[in-house]
Amino acid sequence: MTTRIGFTLLGLAGTSLVALSSSASAASTEYQDIEHGRYLSVVGDCAACHTESDAQPLAGGVSLETPFGTLMAPNITPDAKTGLGDWTFDDFKAAMTEGIGKGGYHLYPAMPYPTYTLMRDEDLRDLWAYLQTVDPVDHEVDANQLPFPFNIRLAMMGWNWLNFEDTDFAPDPDQPDDINRGAYLVEGLGHCGTCHTPRNFMGGEGGDKFSGAVIDNWYAPDITPDAHKGIGGWSEDELVEYLKTGGNRYDFASGPMADEVRHSSQYWTDEDLHAVARYLQSGAGLADDWQAEAAPAALDAENAQVSAGSAIYFDRCAGCHTPDGSGETGMFPQLAGSPVVNGDDPTSLIRVVLAGSRAVATDAKPTAPAMPALGWNLSDDDVANVLTFVRNSWGNAADAVSAEEVAELRATLQDE
Amino acid sequence: MATKLPRTDAVVVGLGWAGAIIANELVDAGLSVVGVERGPWRDTAKDFNIASVTDELRYAQRQELMLRTAQNTITMRNTPSQTALPMRQWGSFHPGNGTGGAGNHWAGITFRFQPEEFRLRSHLEERYGAGSIPDELSLQDWGTDWNEMEPHYDAFEKLAGTSGRAANLARGRQAGGNPFEGVRSSDYPTPPLKQPYSPTLFADTAREMGYQPFPVPSSLVSETYTNPLGVTMGPCTFCGFCTNYGCANYSKASSITTVLPTLIRKDNFEARTLCEVLRVTTDSDGRRATGIVYVDSAGRQWEQPADIVVIAAFTFENVRLMLTSNIGEAYDPITRRGTTGRNYAYQTANSVQLFFDDKNFNPFIGAGAVGMGIDEFNNDNFDHSGLGFFGGGSTRVTPIGAAPINSRPTPPGTPRWGSQWKRSTVDNYASTMSIGCEASNYASPNNYLSLDPTYRDRLGRPLLRITFDFTDNDLKMAQYVTDKVTEIAKRMNPRQMVAKPRTGPWDGRPYQSSHVVGGFVMGADPSHSSVNKYLQVWDVPNLFVVGASAFPQNPGYNPTGTVGALAFKAADGIVNHYLRRPGEMITT
Amino acid sequence: MSKTRDTAKAGGLTRRQLLGSSAALLVGASGTARALSYTDTPEWQPFSNIAATPVDDDADWQFFTPDEAATVEAIVERLIPADDLSVSGKDAGCAVFIDRQLAGLYGDYERRYMHGPFQAGTPQQGDQSPLTPQQRYRLGLASLDDHCRNTQDALFKDLGGEQRDAILAQLESGDIALDDIDSVAFFEIVLQNTMEGFFADPMYGGNRDMVAWKMVGFPGARYDYRDYIERHNEDLAFEPVSIQGRGDWSTPA
Repeated sequence: MTTRIGFTLLGLAGTSLVALSSSASAASTEYQDIEHGRYLSVVGDCAACHTESDAQPLAGGVSLETPFGTLMAPNITPDAKTGLGDWTFDDFKAAMTEGIGKGGYHLYPAMPYPTYTLMRDEDLRDLWAYLQTVDPVDHEVDANQLPFPFNIRLAMMGWNWLNFEDTDFAPDPDQPDDINRGAYLVEGLGHCGTCHTPRNFMGGEGGDKFSGAVIDNWYAPDITPDAHKGIGGWSEDELVEYLKTGGNRYDFASGPMADEVRHSSQYWTDEDLHAVARYLQSGAGLADDWQAEAAPAALDAENAQVSAGSAIYFDRCAGCHTPDGSGETGMFPQLAGSPVVNGDDPTSLIRVVLAGSRAVATDAKPTAPAMPALGWNLSDDDVANVLTFVRNSWGNAADAVSAEEVAELRATLQDE
Repeated sequence: MATKLPRTDAVVVGLGWAGAIIANELVDAGLSVVGVERGPWRDTAKDFNIASVTDELRYAQRQELMLRTAQNTITMRNTPSQTALPMRQWGSFHPGNGTGGAGNHWAGITFRFQPEEFRLRSHLEERYGAGSIPDELSLQDWGTDWNEMEPHYDAFEKLAGTSGRAANLARGRQAGGNPFEGVRSSDYPTPPLKQPYSPTLFADTAREMGYQPFPVPSSLVSETYTNPLGVTMGPCTFCGFCTNYGCANYSKASSITTVLPTLIRKDNFEARTLCEVLRVTTDSDGRRATGIVYVDSAGRQWEQPADIVVIAAFTFENVRLMLTSNIGEAYDPITRRGTTGRNYAYQTANSVQLFFDDKNFNPFIGAGAVGMGIDEFNNDNFDHSGLGFFGGGSTRVTPIGAAPINSRPTPPGTPRWGSQWKRSTVDNYASTMSIGCEASNYASPNNYLSLDPTYRDRLGRPLLRITFDFTDNDLKMAQYVTDKVTEIAKRMNPRQMVAKPRTGPWDGRPYQSSHVVGGFVMGADPSHSSVNKYLQVWDVPNLFVVGASAFPQNPGYNPTGTVGALAFKAADGIVNHYLRRPGEMITT
Repeated sequence: MSKTRDTAKAGGLTRRQLLGSSAALLVGASGTARALSYTDTPEWQPFSNIAATPVDDDADWQFFTPDEAATVEAIVERLIPADDLSVSGKDAGCAVFIDRQLAGLYGDYERRYMHGPFQAGTPQQGDQSPLTPQQRYRLGLASLDDHCRNTQDALFKDLGGEQRDAILAQLESGDIALDDIDSVAFFEIVLQNTMEGFFADPMYGGNRDMVAWKMVGFPGARYDYRDYIERHNEDLAFEPVSIQGRGDWSTPA
């Protein structure tokens, strides 16, 4: 499996370790601690990067393509030769919270230590305890395949200085426990901002928090409480349903978010998911002066693109999404009032119309219906027009989509 | 030489309706199951893309979704004295291919057979006297009964989301449904579909005449529906590209829209596609199936050992596999001994076409199973005393769509080309409708399946040979029910009507229906049946052969609902009985 | 959790693409079993669909010689003559349609069971000819011209409309015997293909401008009549749409 990562600079931990020491560090071995550690590993979705083959869980080898080159996630099983067998808890903690590997080298921030640094000590201990219980796998991973100068881990010192703050999580005493729990999950192990917050030129989180960003030719939408293009219009239950089952009436998880739901959030506890929803929808993590932008005015029906798009929509799209854009819950996303439809960036919309996409399959929603690829059937103009219509109908309002944007993404996707 | 693979608990051949249902039940019972499918993996969005699925040339004319006859076909003849010749292009019926099987391109009509059908011979002898059944009919009881079948029908309808209106519920009767149905434990899972004009006109007239019209039960669902497996379907949009087409919006129930999405995620299930099964392997005395041998698309042969073998292909391939694997004794029409290939039956299709001047039916609005029907002339719902035949048919108007390569009704005598043809085509396109009567077909000793002595498939195996013609019983019945339908048609006051009762001989060219049944039938008596009521092969207890091949004869209904129910019944037999005493025939 | 990780596989057929279990791979170590094994929801492959490719209406003849094409055009413009209801079969593109069909997978019956022995059976046993559609046209068109030369001293395409109609009627009825092919069988395949071309989606070369669909009132490649099904006995006045769309899809230039 190859996980592609957009312009986010991500690094990762560990070169292969040759030390032969097999001394495992002292860690809790109580059932509930290990079980909690296992849960945390799911919440943080360690396996997404560290499990390449089901037969060898956490033995590394998933390649991460970054704009700076390819990184390989290391073996984090307790194998003495090729894994973390000679690491102590303190080594682990340093990697998780400071981005420092055993022996003092710097990790690339593909390993989300800039967010994991918020983890509580007891959670780190439980996670470490769990990692001690997985089967050691002898699997050598050549972790660093970056070209010069990015292969110089020392460069990460400078990156850290600009982009990384080593802090512990501090609950906000003015917020209730569930909001604080949500903050801990969203900002820490959940690392939502990794995709949903725009990046600066170095790949550090740089733009307006949670305001949406493009990653791997998908648009990770706005997850602020903005009711028009964010998740402010969703009920708490709808947001939890999305994270738990992979879909709600507006949308299915697809692309990178499908991986997140499949491997991680469908297994979170309801309590944690509700905490996440409350935290995100409260806007508690946003700047004090944050407020939703005023929704733009919709293009009117006489607009040439809207008019042509309307014909295309009724001929090709209404059979599933229905003439009034209401969709069918559980099968066909509702386009009316959908935040991703109203989003600033239409990348995901263009993508699914051109290339198709399958919804994530989860235990709760195993159907995994797919949007058929229409790129063979609709021209760049057609796609631009139908999306412009969809983005400006039934109460939706967003910028027109241009044929040039469609052409560009078509070319990019066909090269993938 | 086949390479031997590691054994599995169960191997299931065919991932259409029957195979997928059984595989899912066995997996849920904890068995490891390998499903082997001759055709490709079908995926709605990829294979039935909404922009390309509306293609009559490709799907109806060139038969895109059907088994290629180049890969496998049948030979046919009307009588044992003729030489059978290959069906080089599918005509009379349309076998499917790939996961979903013929369920991808079926119409969706989902009837339950009536209680008396499962004991038809006993029922007719009780009602009409011991000697009443003519020698030309080899009617049989099924070895099961309504009480045993009803829960399985219920399970299938809930799986498929079948839409309809029940009349005869255990909790009491209600108006608007089919009053001739057996007692149901629950109503249809989704409400009836909306009705277009022609079925509405038919139903209004039928009602005026004292009949009791009902919406045709349809597994094209009427609203978004999530089945007990957690799989969701979307509502039918009446696009009119239904029978012969795959469904682009997940509204037509098939194994790919109701079972496989969840089955494929289960740990102990694996599907292997593009693998054609060559034979069932048995131990030296033929009393135990040891597995199957199949060939993959690279031409390599593999042996898959299994403790339980389930054959759930289409009727034809079920029977051919039994013949090529020497399971049971091949049927001989002269001695009437042997059971493999016995009691092959079909469907007797009749219709009355109505030409109007003042109607616009918008015939392009349709679906395979949208429509209204009556059952007064079906099966034994009317007194057959003195009529000289048994059986009857399901009378209904089901506009399936009107893509115009095939749907161009003109009155008899109209030229087939030229200006006059064109004028008549334009005049009649929107104002013509048809009432169908899908009638029973009763087995006869001369109608049977066997291996062809001459024609072989691409792998060198004999093709299956069909010897079939309509019996006098069925032709008399056809005339009778068509006369009854004509009375209704007349009352609808068309400009012109054309009655088309089924006449002989059976013709392999025009499409009639894919309702081919029998050849490996179920029953209580091993001398006249191949499988017991759990679809378990007599004397080969770990082999189950499931599908319409088990019907001893065919009533006046579409078969799929019963195929689905029998699949649940076979699974029930394996999980709740066979596994308790593996290697033995189930006796309960 | 084992299911989670199962689901993590990139898509069913990837990890164990060969034969499912590692044990199977051991015994089948050499060579590649082409069977595809699925153990999970298949991953979506971008742009995946069963392709539908429009023919090039303007290209040269793909199968017919120019003379053959002229003869076919002379046939289809009589089978579907121009009148107040529509343009002719020729102008609707039926000859182009047939040419492209013959040049494609239909032309050599690659999907059809074509093993012998070939023998005449009963009518109910259907088409038993060993000839492919390509052969049927090649032989039939040549034989038709032979017939016309012998009886009319002209090629079919050079005959007047009524003469052509008369010959076509005699082919249909079997009153003319052609030299190298059964005349009825030849007429039937030409009539069938002509009607296919006239009424099929325009992407195949016939039914230009959806002329046949407009003529009968067929709305074409639409997929949703939920709002119309209960509007009984009413002219819904749909403008037809083809697989490739319709005029209203374009913005004004």
